[in-house]
Amino acid sequence: MSERRARRIAGRVLVALLLGFGVAATGRAQNNPSGTSLDPQNFGQVERGRYLTIAGDCASCHTVPGGQPFAGGRSIETPFGVVVAPNITPDRETGIGAWSDALFVSALRRGKGFRGELLYPAMPYPYYTKVTERDALDIRAYLNTVKPVRNPVVTNKLPFPFDVREEMTGWNTLYFKEGEFKPDDTKSAEWNRGAYLVEGLGHCGACHTPKTKLGGDDLTRAFQGFALQGWFAPNITNDNQRGLGGWSVADIVAYLKNGHNAFSAATGIMAEEISLSSSHMTDADLKAIATYLKDLPNQTNSRPAPVSASDPAMAAGSAMYADECSACHGADGKGVPYLFPALAASANVRSTDPTSLIRVLLEGARSVATAGEPTSPGMPSFAWKLSDDEAAAVLTYIRNAWGSSASAIDARQVGEERASMARNDR
Amino acid sequence: MAQKLPRKDVAIIGLGWTGSILAHELTEEGLDVIAIERGPWRDTPTDFPTTYDQDELRYRIRHDLFLRPEQLTFTFRNKMNEQALPIRSWGAFMPMNGVGGGGVHWNAETWRFLPSDFVLKTHLTQRYGANFLPADMTIQDFGVSYDELEPHYDRFEYLCGTSGAAGNLKGKIIDGGNPFEGPRSRPYPNPPQAQPFSHTLFAKAARELGYKPFPQPSGNMSQAYVNPLGVRLGPCTYCGFCEWFGCGNYSKASPQTTLLPVLVRKANFSYRANSEVTRINVDGSGKRATGVTFVDASGEEWEQPADLVILAAFTVFNVQLLLLSGIGKPYDPVANQGVIGRNFTHQTISDAIGFFDKDKFNFNPFIASGSIGMCIDEFNGDNFDHGPLGFVGGGYMGQVQTSGRPIQNTKVPPGTPRWGAKWKSAVRDNYLSTVIPGTGVHGSFYAYRDVYLDLDPLYRDRFGRPLMRMTIDFHDNELKQNAFLTDKFADIIKAMGAHEVVKQMRKGPYDITDYQTTHLCGGAIMGTDPSTSALNRYLQSWDVPNLFVMGASAFPQNAGYNPTGTVAALAYWSAEAIRMQYLKNPGPLVHV
Repeated sequence: MSERRARRIAGRVLVALLLGFGVAATGRAQNNPSGTSLDPQNFGQVERGRYLTIAGDCASCHTVPGGQPFAGGRSIETPFGVVVAPNITPDRETGIGAWSDALFVSALRRGKGFRGELLYPAMPYPYYTKVTERDALDIRAYLNTVKPVRNPVVTNKLPFPFDVREEMTGWNTLYFKEGEFKPDDTKSAEWNRGAYLVEGLGHCGACHTPKTKLGGDDLTRAFQGFALQGWFAPNITNDNQRGLGGWSVADIVAYLKNGHNAFSAATGIMAEEISLSSSHMTDADLKAIATYLKDLPNQTNSRPAPVSASDPAMAAGSAMYADECSACHGADGKGVPYLFPALAASANVRSTDPTSLIRVLLEGARSVATAGEPTSPGMPSFAWKLSDDEAAAVLTYIRNAWGSSASAIDARQVGEERASMARNDR
Repeated sequence: MAQKLPRKDVAIIGLGWTGSILAHELTEEGLDVIAIERGPWRDTPTDFPTTYDQDELRYRIRHDLFLRPEQLTFTFRNKMNEQALPIRSWGAFMPMNGVGGGGVHWNAETWRFLPSDFVLKTHLTQRYGANFLPADMTIQDFGVSYDELEPHYDRFEYLCGTSGAAGNLKGKIIDGGNPFEGPRSRPYPNPPQAQPFSHTLFAKAARELGYKPFPQPSGNMSQAYVNPLGVRLGPCTYCGFCEWFGCGNYSKASPQTTLLPVLVRKANFSYRANSEVTRINVDGSGKRATGVTFVDASGEEWEQPADLVILAAFTVFNVQLLLLSGIGKPYDPVANQGVIGRNFTHQTISDAIGFFDKDKFNFNPFIASGSIGMCIDEFNGDNFDHGPLGFVGGGYMGQVQTSGRPIQNTKVPPGTPRWGAKWKSAVRDNYLSTVIPGTGVHGSFYAYRDVYLDLDPLYRDRFGRPLMRMTIDFHDNELKQNAFLTDKFADIIKAMGAHEVVKQMRKGPYDITDYQTTHLCGGAIMGTDPSTSALNRYLQSWDVPNLFVMGASAFPQNAGYNPTGTVAALAYWSAEAIRMQYLKNPGPLVHV
């Protein structure tokens, strides 16, 4: 879809929203709540489904941390308001026990609810639509085996006008392209498996692809990074400056498996993904994902000129770096492999969007603990210690030291992040 | 009335080094383990972050990490005929509190005892005759040998990533290491830490005097390390804030940096912080522990039933809990009977401070770690002939200066005014050119009949329980030992080129206000004879076989080394006995 056409349609949808015209949902189904017809003794299917449920990271939204598995109730913050993940245990009244298998597949792959209502794309059906029918049924077969939990969940807590589900028809016209994953015969089986997981079940684009104002994927910049929930989900293309260009396939596999590699460590939302999902995936699948990511194109835009070493912020930042940061991250910015992230040659440090960078400095961060890397080292908060100017200077320094170049950080940006932390509004 | 919790296989009292080691070993065995810790949960980035962990005032002067005496303290006196008084501010030693215990705030000096230290009574009697020992000295053999403990020392060193130079590899003496050490089965896991100028100069002077200096074994990392459990430590930055401080750089071996990340992932491990065990419960026979009773921070009392109880608190609190629980016969120094409280010991330390020409020597003392240092062992244990000297015991000595922290390192030459412009000027002139080894002479403290622990007849804690009372003083043997060692040490400092050396010998009486070390030992000692020891050679209570007591409280006397390496080796040794012998056939592991 051309940018112009997209804008035109988006405009119409906005008008419709503002006028309060809900577009009628089509194909309202008359459902027969007969429940599943899958064989609970089909061990192979249940076991495949268990693995796919992990690969799809379903628990991340559908399980409250520490709560009953898949009983829903976890709030998902979107730019439009809060959507609460529903109960997907087999409880007949409050879960999906009464759903037919076809209804389940329809929810997963077409974003349709029990009565045919439209789901919000916080449920990543625009990605799950690529999941094969068989995989979707396998997931259902597994979910049939989890403990039914009675837990009524009000999923829609969006403010008007976004609480009108019918509006999603227009959104779907713009951003939802139904259809199973089509392998590319010119690529290897491994590449295609990776593409299936990244584009489909793994729904990596949900965080890593920039969104339009309406919350749809801007596919012209697929996987080039996006800020959400107070974090910047980084560029995961093979770009040398801001993406995974500096990482080998093995580096990516180590990161997804253990949450740590020789250069970096996962924290924030990615730490949860690794903890719940990718650390439990097979090495073969992780390698397939890495192979596909390494094939995502470099960007052609040139790197910015570095901030001059004679800039006062660079001089101040350099001195603060020596005092506050170098003990762990090293005078050379190389950190300690698997323990303290490298700042030199780091795509995250050079990121066009410094949201995560500022946040980690102010708030501190805890890296994920996994079976492979249990240490879980953390960085303390500097919010109380560095002023906005000081924080901006030290960040400007690390973005432009050791051969990196990236825009200077402004004290105002730090101030905004600090205010956002104080409001706790993410 | 205590509320009863569901039964566990094992209840561990205290989650410091030994509690963590036992928790790890016994959960590996598949047992369901709970650890109950008096103090708070503690972790690196949240509790001692690099942003403020180097705060001398907060941690060193104001004791931030340590047990607050208002929560629990003990009483002190020098002599049996004195009235003991409660300690209201810690001085001579620092009782730890919280998860990680002493492992959080130690300097990480990771020594092994000499082979002869484990058979001390036998060895000294054979070499010098029974009459050579003072009449009231009550030293004993440990009941376990160095060779038996060697694999367990090794395990701890590889857990910690200890940095050092082997001096005796399977019997072969290696240049550059400690030639007096017992044979080790393999080298240290990491090379020694780098040595600053004054430490290097000490080694040179010692070599010229005919000694064999070697780097102090250090639990601070000379390089990045991953231990056998997959837990990672970072290289030490030589910031000089180790002892009294937590390490914010993941560079100091502690339960937090070696064991706890693995332990907390185990489904069969749980812990309760801010929960103080008040009693080990025993059944009607008095021969079987049924679990523990503890009080949480809300004041609620809980009973935790368990099949096996591991007492892994600090020395003094181990002894107190045994006495309060009625386990083992209390020691009576008059009748010389009973075992609980017996053979309480500490350490005999002293220093020699060297003032150097400020125009020729710049030591940059702030470049330091808790266990850098160059040491000699010629005057430790029985490495030298005591026959003509009239005392027994000894210690290592060295330039082991662990910091240039500004509040403590303001030594000025004798004759300087104690305040004012001249004092300030002298501090400025001497800060960079003074050698302040701290515990430069690290001597043994042998056991005596009148140095012991018992329950105070007067003072009580907030639960109404009697406080622990310590009766402790230096005896002539230790003071003679210290005078001899301090002279030898001062000679080396002088040979480094100091224009003035100030000896700070250990003098009696034992001073409870002057920090010495936190190496309190004994009181629930191991041995071969139930009439003179509380524990058998596996740290199993003679009286209650399903109770094992960890820690330096098991030392029959203290050797001339820091105790943690031996404490940990004994914990692994005991854990192996539980895993290989006790669990197959619960009951006494030694019959006498």
